[in-house]
Amino acid sequence: MSDPFLPQKDEIRRRLEGRYVGAVPHNQALNLRVVDYMPEHLCLALPYREDLVGNPETGVLHGGCITSLIDATCGGAVIMSLAAPRRIATLDLRIDYVRPALPHQEVICDAHCYKVTRHVAFVRAAAHHGDKASPIATSSGTFIVFRDDGRRGEGGESQ
Amino acid sequence: MRLRDAVTAVRKTGDFTAIQQAIPYARFMGITAELIDGDVIGRMRYSDHLVGNASVPALHGGTLGALMESTAIFKLLWHGETTAVPKTINITVEYLRGARPEDVFARAEFTRHGRRVANVRVFAYQDDPERPAAVATAHFLLVQD
Repeated sequence: MSDPFLPQKDEIRRRLEGRYVGAVPHNQALNLRVVDYMPEHLCLALPYREDLVGNPETGVLHGGCITSLIDATCGGAVIMSLAAPRRIATLDLRIDYVRPALPHQEVICDAHCYKVTRHVAFVRAAAHHGDKASPIATSSGTFIVFRDDGRRGEGGESQ
Repeated sequence: MRLRDAVTAVRKTGDFTAIQQAIPYARFMGITAELIDGDVIGRMRYSDHLVGNASVPALHGGTLGALMESTAIFKLLWHGETTAVPKTINITVEYLRGARPEDVFARAEFTRHGRRVANVRVFAYQDDPERPAAVATAHFLLVQD
């Protein structure tokens, strides 16, 4: 697939890292990193850290931080799909843990916003350790796209 | 304290601090639980790093998911027969309204608590349990010791 963003890639990456990852306190607390992006796609990485471990006997990251990674990546994929900057919020997010995560490895999430309507965006995502064909978790989510910035109070306000 | 020893201790005392201390991510997130009227109520103490949107401001949606998944696991450990931590098969989180930058609570209900699988519904709320900020449905695999 050709990448129409290639000429401006570094500039867009800086903007994503500054305004999306850097400006969202919890994304920053997790040290989320922009790996790659395309129109309608975003790939973020969650670096492995001891303080994010869910079960010290296995050393595997807690599902909660994987939920935050997937939510952030899906929301970012929606933003990458919109023609103009809009406020968005998560309506729902389903995550299936298809195999155990490995200890001491970062988790990468690839999200694809495959459909945007006037008010709603639909996203699929997979979390893995570097091989998309062998996911730890698969996910699908829907987001509300606010057309009027005066509206408040719907959805998860995750972005 | 090892997690399994912490689970055993919590079953004796009803004080979930030992489990929270044994789980690094629970400490990072300020997630714990307490027994209120005999039910396990999860709690996520507000901290600036939990914010998802600083301009609204509102908590990050992922943190609500983390609280609800943790609360379901705490309640399963409280009622379970083994000290092995249940494995999350899947979780669906539905966001109903933005969560303010304050403490969040969660209450879990077992829709079905079988021998191998549990289906759990969780409600996350701030002031009013009848006005949840988010709800979740999750399946857990109950592993034997």
